[in-house]
Amino acid sequence: MSNNELKNTGNFKNTGMQAIIGWILRTGVIVSVSFVFAGGIIYLYRHGHSKTAFDSFHKIPEFISTTEGVLQGVLNGRGQAIIQLGIIILIATPVLRVAFSVIAFAIEKDHLYTIISLLVLLIIVGSMLTGRIG
Amino acid sequence: MSVIIFTVILLTGSYFAGLLGSLTGLGGGFIIIPLLTLVLHVDIHYAIGASIVSVIATSSGAAAAYVKEGLTNIRIGMFLEIATTIGAFAGALLAIYIPAQYIAILFGLILVFSAILSLREKSMQISLQESPLAEKMKLKGSYPDQGKLIEYGVTNVSGGFFMMIFAGLISGLLGIGSGALKVVAMDNIMRIPFKVSTTTSNFMIGVTAAASAVVYIQRGYINPGIVMPVVIGVLLGALSGSKILMQSTSSTWLRWLFAFIITIIAIQMIYHGIQGSI
Repeated sequence: MSNNELKNTGNFKNTGMQAIIGWILRTGVIVSVSFVFAGGIIYLYRHGHSKTAFDSFHKIPEFISTTEGVLQGVLNGRGQAIIQLGIIILIATPVLRVAFSVIAFAIEKDHLYTIISLLVLLIIVGSMLTGRIG
Repeated sequence: MSVIIFTVILLTGSYFAGLLGSLTGLGGGFIIIPLLTLVLHVDIHYAIGASIVSVIATSSGAAAAYVKEGLTNIRIGMFLEIATTIGAFAGALLAIYIPAQYIAILFGLILVFSAILSLREKSMQISLQESPLAEKMKLKGSYPDQGKLIEYGVTNVSGGFFMMIFAGLISGLLGIGSGALKVVAMDNIMRIPFKVSTTTSNFMIGVTAAASAVVYIQRGYINPGIVMPVVIGVLLGALSGSKILMQSTSSTWLRWLFAFIITIIAIQMIYHGIQGSI
């Protein structure tokens, strides 16, 4: 079904914007899952015969508890760090979509929705910054 | 249990979770959390963390297709995401203080509610009526259906907005997409056509889940060893599900079967919650 000839409201005036949003979401998922998969292979190769200890909650390994630690672990080829990087990219994917919406609405001079998108972005950033408190 | 056996069981289970979640539109989280807690005896906080990540993966994957087709109302989605992200942030913070057994009971109750909703007949009515607030927020839209463009209006925006705060709260608290609650807000309260409300709900789920995932990851609830098989399994399952959906349109028996399975899982979760054995 081609909708290019149909004028669609409730969306961007320019259907190119929707195509970009679709692209961001798809690419984000593909890239992140590739990291998760690659990291998973390394992790299983090294720890496949270890015992699991997920029955009670204790913090995840120290080396993947900070962004710097994750990146350092990726450079050292550690499986869990590579998986965690994939997860971070996956979580960032919808956030990137919101960030792009801010720009797209601004380009279309839709001021109301530029502010609304910006507000959603700020709530997520606020959630990220206060996530450790409490 | 060795890591390799744990991974194989979880990968297989997650595949079926993704498959059923996609066929019924309820999402994979509903099976992932009971599978992790009841079957594999994983701590519920890890289960919530793994589930929320898989929710982002399936929602983003499906949204990419719907957005291109023009079914999603991006304005309605963006506007209501204010409500769902605030709710999700609050939910993720609350989850830290609520004892695991109460989370399990609440999970069971939401599960039953969603199963009942999934059996409900979808109303095909389209209303052109528009409330003043909807007009101010430019929410009305149109979507393509069999080559024609169908216009629709939106009503009771504030009612829908409050319901979305609740949907976000439940999503952040339980690590599920809470698509059923989002569809209630849009279908029943705001009178948005079914095709638009389901795709727009799916569009919002990823952002909602991200708002609580950023809290969970910093608190160490997102464990790579658990998330890895869950995300890969659920995504592959959802992919198979979408292929099956394209081939068969009638799936009434499937909905009943799933509602039955879900009710049994829900009773299990509530039982173990009351017993405190979770």
